[in-house]
Order: sequence, then structure tokens, then C-alpha cells
Amino acid sequence: MSSHYEAPIRRPLIVGDKSYHDISVDVAAPVEGKANKLWWTAFSVALVAFLWGIGCIVYTIGTGIGVWGLNKTVGWAWDITNFVWWVGIGHAGTLISAVLLLFRQKWRMGINRSAEAMTIFSVIQAGLFPVIHMGRVWNAHFVLPLPNQFGTLWTNFNSPLLWDVFAISTYLSVSLVFWWTGLLPDFAMLRDRAIRPFQKKIYGLLSFGWTGRAKDWQRFEEVSLVLAGLATPLVLSVHTIVSFDFATSVIPGWHTTIFPPYFVAGAVFSGFAMVNTLLIIMRKVSNLEAYITKQHIELMNIVIMITGSIVGCAYITELFIAWYSGVEYEQYAFLNRATGPYWWAYLLMMSCNVFSPQFMWFKRLRTSITFSFIISIVVNIGMWFERFVIIVTSLHRDYLPSSWTMFSPTFVDIGIFIGTIGFFFVLFLLYARTFPVIAQAEVKSILKASGEKYKKLRDGNHE
Amino acid sequence: MSNKVVQAMYNDDDILMDAVKEVRAAKYHIEEVYTPFPVHGLDKAMGLKGTRIAITAFMYGCVGLVFSVWMMNYMMIEDWPQDIGGKPSFSFIQNMPAFVPIMFEMTVFFAAHLMVITFYMRSRLWPFKEAENPDPRTTDDMFVMEVIVDGNESELIAFLEKTGTVEIKVTEKH
Repeated sequence: MSSHYEAPIRRPLIVGDKSYHDISVDVAAPVEGKANKLWWTAFSVALVAFLWGIGCIVYTIGTGIGVWGLNKTVGWAWDITNFVWWVGIGHAGTLISAVLLLFRQKWRMGINRSAEAMTIFSVIQAGLFPVIHMGRVWNAHFVLPLPNQFGTLWTNFNSPLLWDVFAISTYLSVSLVFWWTGLLPDFAMLRDRAIRPFQKKIYGLLSFGWTGRAKDWQRFEEVSLVLAGLATPLVLSVHTIVSFDFATSVIPGWHTTIFPPYFVAGAVFSGFAMVNTLLIIMRKVSNLEAYITKQHIELMNIVIMITGSIVGCAYITELFIAWYSGVEYEQYAFLNRATGPYWWAYLLMMSCNVFSPQFMWFKRLRTSITFSFIISIVVNIGMWFERFVIIVTSLHRDYLPSSWTMFSPTFVDIGIFIGTIGFFFVLFLLYARTFPVIAQAEVKSILKASGEKYKKLRDGNHE
Repeated sequence: MSNKVVQAMYNDDDILMDAVKEVRAAKYHIEEVYTPFPVHGLDKAMGLKGTRIAITAFMYGCVGLVFSVWMMNYMMIEDWPQDIGGKPSFSFIQNMPAFVPIMFEMTVFFAAHLMVITFYMRSRLWPFKEAENPDPRTTDDMFVMEVIVDGNESELIAFLEKTGTVEIKVTEKH
């Protein structure tokens, strides 16, 4: 077993006395079992929220975006806040599966499948907002450089909003194939275990006829590695380009060179928080505590702590640079942000994003499941307010004091936001019952190196 | 030529690796090995050549880059130059900094998707493709080595039995 050596100081990533077959059984259990009352309750709530959101979207499209709370001063508010929030959440999946793969972090294997699922589902929510904000959604294809009846009418490649179209669609589609390629062996496992013909048919279809030949595995690993190499700069570019939507404008409070790294750190921060929110529940409900261990949660908390601190540094740098620039408008934008009528949103953002992750310095707190769950929710709230603060406080008091105003959302704004949360959970709950939620083939490949039983056997020999 | 193969099943990746090495050393021809997860070093032990799929990804990426340059040059510079905020619109190279994000995205888009499509085609993976693994347990916890029978069936089986196999089957392969 020398080829499976791992330093004894590393804690096991698979807890308990598991064999290869046990891993298959545990991963297939939520798919083969029946949904309990809790699942149906959560699903019904999410579905109702989703349907309400659809109603609000239909109302918006039918009547016009005048039904939102936007006014002539604040032309971007909840829609773009929600867009950036969802895209940000969508960053953790690819970060876990790609960046941690390049860094050879084995702990990614227990969580990458669900994190990627979360990524795809949240990017879908994000994509909704710019589309419905267009008002005339039936013209949405105009954002693509398609030949058309107007002859030489092309899109404007100088615009960061168009860069966003390319960035988000590349990100969504590449994440999807990355996810699906990893799913093939696991769907094949479900297919070969399936007893009912319908299930066998469906999983046979989804697994693309995967058989696990040595050559296929060789290509599979190479493809995963190259996709990770491509997805790593991609994931950084996506939120960079989202930040360009603001940074390339001339609005005080938006026109900031610090935005790209600051947005990326914030995205990773909120994404990991959402992964924690989802997985802390899922590991319990689906009995996957042997694979998504306390250590996984602790490591994610450390990432949250670090990225939260980076975001905190960015907030303070912004304030300092605003003062140091000597530009009156820039100074006012930040003074107004912190002490103006939206001071409460600023305070909420500061306390949720900068203060709360600092608790993770304490080992007792970052290994506490309940505490991690609470912080993950707090961080998600904080990151929503960060985007709200950046967008609305920079707009609501512009150069002309006569047009100064406040923003208040209508029920439609709120309804669409709640609807996307519902849609997200509808997708995630369906996924949790029908997909192999753990990359079982990958987990099997580290069982002998990082499984508790094997570690004990091996480390025992040295003593 | 007969298509007869012996399928030797193993229940452990380390035993399989040793068996593969022994079979190769004894000059038998390994037709295929099916495993439930990637067994590291198996491709080398079987004598498989390295995959060139990463090279194709690089080439696809270059295609994406060239395509994006061509597309933006045609649309923004040649076909209909527009004055957008006074940005230089009559020279590609001067307008190029604004095109970098999309050049990057298209490179990644082409490289990733075409590489994955190449992988699916080469490994014969697509929807409605029938699975061809010899035993359903090969996606769970069984490792199967297929060795070609070349008129030496009983001798080969006797040899494989000593390699730690848990089950041996002789079948016709199509």
C-alpha cells in the first residue's frame, strides 16, 4: 500500500470503516430511497416562491419595468444587486473543483459535485436579471453578434455589458460540461445499480454509456485537469468583468481600480458561505457525514475568514483612496455611503462581511456546525447588502442635488428576488434526490490514502 | 481470428495493478481493463500511450482566439466603425484593449467545449450510447481485466488464477 501513502498528520477525509462498495451504497441511497416529509415541505415552499416569482416576472414583462421601484436617479437597484449576488454565489463551485484541483487539495472531492451544482443553479438565477431588466425580453438575442435584417448592425464590443454576456455564458456552459463530465462515471454507477427499468433507462441516457475503460479514465483525468486549468482564469475573469460593469463607468463610488480583485474575493466569500449553508443541511439529511466531514466545513470556514478579511481590506482601502484622491465627489460618495441615509445598509454590510468572519479565528467556533451555519447565512445577507450599498448609494445622490432621491422596492422587486431563491432551491432539491451528490468515483480513488480505516492500518504499522 | 477473451475480476486496485504487471511480464495481451474509478499508474502499467487531448485543447484555444480577433475586427473596424465615446474605431490595434476580455472568453469557450466534444467522440460517449462494461459491478467495486485468448485458454486461466482474481469468465468479444 505504499502508493497510497499520506502523511499521518493529515486528518482522514472519509470517516468510518468504509469500503468501495459502501461508498456506492451511501451515494446512491438518497437517489434510490424515498423522499421524507422534510424534503416535500422544503420543496413545496420553494415551489410556491418560484411560482410567485414567475408571476412577478410575467407582470413585469406584461406591464413594463415601471412596476419596479426604479426611478430616474436610481436606474439600477435590486435587479443588478440580485444579479451580482447570484453570480458571486456561483463562484465557489468552480473555485472548489478547478482551483483546488490544480492545488491538489483532496478535500474538494467530497464537496465539488454539490458546489458545482450550486454554481450552475445560481448562475441561471443571475442570468435572469439582466434579461428581464431589458424589458423587451423578446429582443434578448440582440446582445449576441448575430447577422440580422439591419445589415451592419452589430453589438458594441467596447461595452463591459457585452463582455458580461460573453463571460457569463462561457462560464455557465463551461461549468456545465465540467460538471457533466465528472458526473458520467457516477451516473454509470447509478445505472448499473438500478433495478427498475425506467431508472436504468434514464441513468443510462445520462451516463452517455460510460464504461470505465483504462483509456477513458486516462482521458477523463487529462480532460479534468485541462478544464481546471481553463476554468481557473475563467472564474477569476467572470467576476472581474462583472466588476467592470461598474469600474469602467464614471460614477463616483463605482469608478475604482480596486474592483476586480475585491469583487472576486467577495464572490468566493459568498460562494463558500452558500456551499456551507447547503452542505451542512445536506450532509445531515442525506446521511453523508462520513464524506462531508467537520474538517471540510472547517476548511471552508477558513476560506470564508480569509476572503472576508480581503473584502474588509478592500472596504477600508476604498475609503482611504476616496479621501486621498482629493476629489470632492469621490469623497462625498463614500461619506454618504457610510453616514448618509443608507448608513444602516453600510453598517449591516460591514458587520456581516468584515466582523462576523473574524470569529473563525477560533477553532471551537469554526468547527461548530451550528455556528458555521449561522455565519454562512449572515455572510450571504451581508454580501447582498454589499452589492446594494455599492449600487444604490452611489446612484441615489448624483451630481445634481435636485434629483437626489431614495430607492424603495415594490412588491414586484421583492417577489422576483424571492422567486429566484425559490427557483434555486427547487433545482437544488431536485438535484439532491436524483443526482449522485458526491463525486463517488473520485472519492473512491482517495479512499486508501485518506480513508480513516486505511490511515489507521497504515499508521499503526509505523509505531 | 477468434475473439475469445478471458475476463478476470479483481476486488482491489492494488491486486489489479500487480496482476496487470504480471500478465504483461508473461507476454499475454491485455485487451482492456475496466475500473470503477481512475487507478493511478494503470495506464502506464498497461503500456497505454499518453493521451494527446491536452494538445487538441491548445489548438482549439488558438482557433477561438483567432476567431474572436477576426469577428471583432470585422464587426467593429471593417464593417461599420462607430464612434463610441471617442474610442479609436478605425484601427484594430488601437481598439484592441477593449477586445481583450472577449478574446479571452472565446479562447476558453472554444478550448473547453471542443476538447470535451473530442473526448466524448474518442471515448464513444454520447446520449443513448449503450454501456459496454462486461459486468455491472465494474462501476461499483469490481475491476475487470480482459486478456485475449490465443489458443492457450487453459494455460492462461491457470496463470490468471494465481494473480489474485476472484472470478474468471471466458466470453466471446465482438
